[in-house]
Amino acid sequence: MALAEAAPQLIGSSGDSLREAFGIALAGLAETYPDVVVLDADIAGGTGAHHFRKAYPTRFLQFGIAEQNMMAAAAGLAAVGLIPVVTTFAVFCLRAIEQARLSVAYAKRNVKIVASHPGLDVGPDGGSAQALEDLAAFRAVPGMTVISPADPLEMALAVKAMLDFDGPIYMRTGRSPAKRVFSDGHTFEIGKGQILRFGSDVTLVACGVEVARALQAADMLAREKIAARVVNMPTIKPIDAALLAACAEETGAIVTAEDHNIYGGLGGAVAEALARTYPAPIEFVGLNDRFGESGEPEELADHCGIGASAIADAARCVIKRKARA
Amino acid sequence: MKSVLAQKKPIDVPSAEIAKLEAAATAIRSVAIAAIYHAGSGHPGGALSASDILACLYGAEMNVWPGETANPARDRFVLSKGHGAPALYAAGAHFKFCSVADALTLRKLGSLFQGHPHVLDLPWVETSTGSLGQGFSVALGMALGLRLKGNPARVYTLLGDGELQEGQVWEAAMCAAHHHLDNLVAIVDYNKLQSDDKNANIMGLEPLGDKFRAFGWRVIEIDGHAISEILGAFNDARGTRARPAMIIAHTVKGKGVPFMENVPHWHGSVKLTRAQAEDSLTALGLDQTEIGGLINGSR
Repeated sequence: MALAEAAPQLIGSSGDSLREAFGIALAGLAETYPDVVVLDADIAGGTGAHHFRKAYPTRFLQFGIAEQNMMAAAAGLAAVGLIPVVTTFAVFCLRAIEQARLSVAYAKRNVKIVASHPGLDVGPDGGSAQALEDLAAFRAVPGMTVISPADPLEMALAVKAMLDFDGPIYMRTGRSPAKRVFSDGHTFEIGKGQILRFGSDVTLVACGVEVARALQAADMLAREKIAARVVNMPTIKPIDAALLAACAEETGAIVTAEDHNIYGGLGGAVAEALARTYPAPIEFVGLNDRFGESGEPEELADHCGIGASAIADAARCVIKRKARA
Repeated sequence: MKSVLAQKKPIDVPSAEIAKLEAAATAIRSVAIAAIYHAGSGHPGGALSASDILACLYGAEMNVWPGETANPARDRFVLSKGHGAPALYAAGAHFKFCSVADALTLRKLGSLFQGHPHVLDLPWVETSTGSLGQGFSVALGMALGLRLKGNPARVYTLLGDGELQEGQVWEAAMCAAHHHLDNLVAIVDYNKLQSDDKNANIMGLEPLGDKFRAFGWRVIEIDGHAISEILGAFNDARGTRARPAMIIAHTVKGKGVPFMENVPHWHGSVKLTRAQAEDSLTALGLDQTEIGGLINGSR
């Protein structure tokens, strides 16, 4: 297939984190989007928002360490025609989810919630700081679009798509240096996934930092003559149900991979979609209903079962289940 | 109440204007009671305590125009104590943002008049509220946004006293003062009662004026049922520069309906019997024809 030839190789760590990529892209787009204002709760240096603060200080709004007020105030800013981008850590978005529910989503406000520091990718700050519930929680809010881009290039595209989109969005960035997954021709469209690598034995569906790990897992599996398809699924809601159904039909087995609890996030969304279209055996790679802990992201990924080898193990397991089916 | 006397600035309002706003407040109370009766549920106590404030906001203070609910120049009102919805809808009906008949569909399936205000159903309610504390922050965001856009419109928000127990309120109080939002006016409907009991027994609020002053607000304490004092407070707030204004309106929960006044039970979502509804409307001074119109005009 033609797309297979275009399948990107891992380019390796760029040194860029998704949060920096977000902040740089946002500052770069700010002139074109004069209604954009950025809200911060005293962590602009950590969320990437510092790039915007430096370039557009009058459009940078400081709320102090008070996320509930910030989230609801964003709804008020949107109500008068601005495009507020709320920036904080993913765990603190959870602190303000009720404000996101009522003042933002129920009122259908054009607010962009951008969450840095999700999942084990947070690293040494440990379990208290590693949000493993945010995709599930925000996905459950009616009308909330949920996005988790995979690399700095896709992040930049997602920032533009987010600003062009009319409606509330929750988007994950990431703290740690991100692997480059995509090359320059990459495209991003809200609600669309992409096949990054073709294969017919199993489909690995991943989002965020797990996309690079899924590609590594596909390399491992290839050495065992297992042809794994890899799907990048940057929009968790609305999920690309058509692509998932096609992959389930063509490969007969699915593995989902996310830096998140196995409940309610990407895995849940994929299972819900396939249950209604093309049911197939699924294995879920994520935190097995546990909290994280301190450590470096890569070692944590292996320790907590979301590394490339865990994805490969899940693939072998689901392929066996497919044989029994 | 020494602080009230110390701060109250008399304002010269023609007696005809006062009478007009008092009549509006009575109309608001009446339609709110009728709507709660027809709905079979709703919070009467806090609707009655807020009616004079709403009458002054919609009838005198705010630049708002029915049919121009998207006009950028309009002032914004946010009912942060969203459970006061029956009074807000009744105010909307009195000032022609909707009809009385529509307001009486409160809480019914398919009605635009939801149990708590919802902006997607009724644009003139400005935002959706019903979770205490949030409307205050939304109003703050509107005020900040209007200032950024160079829009001189003002933002008004009405909070309940029990609502002040939400931590978010104090986040917003800090924030509004920090940003010097003198286009923001908050009013506390200080009726001293909340769902289960007196504020003082649940979680005391005093010294309330001192708290907001310490947070950097201009604090104006008034009798929240005296039209001239309410108008005077809005006037003082409009003259305040570089800081937001907090009007602490001392009110009586259930005001205007003697059997409800100062009784916590009538805070909650209650079912009014026909006799209670009729007694309430009688106490508000309605005649039999008017009462019949509101009670039998059921749908």
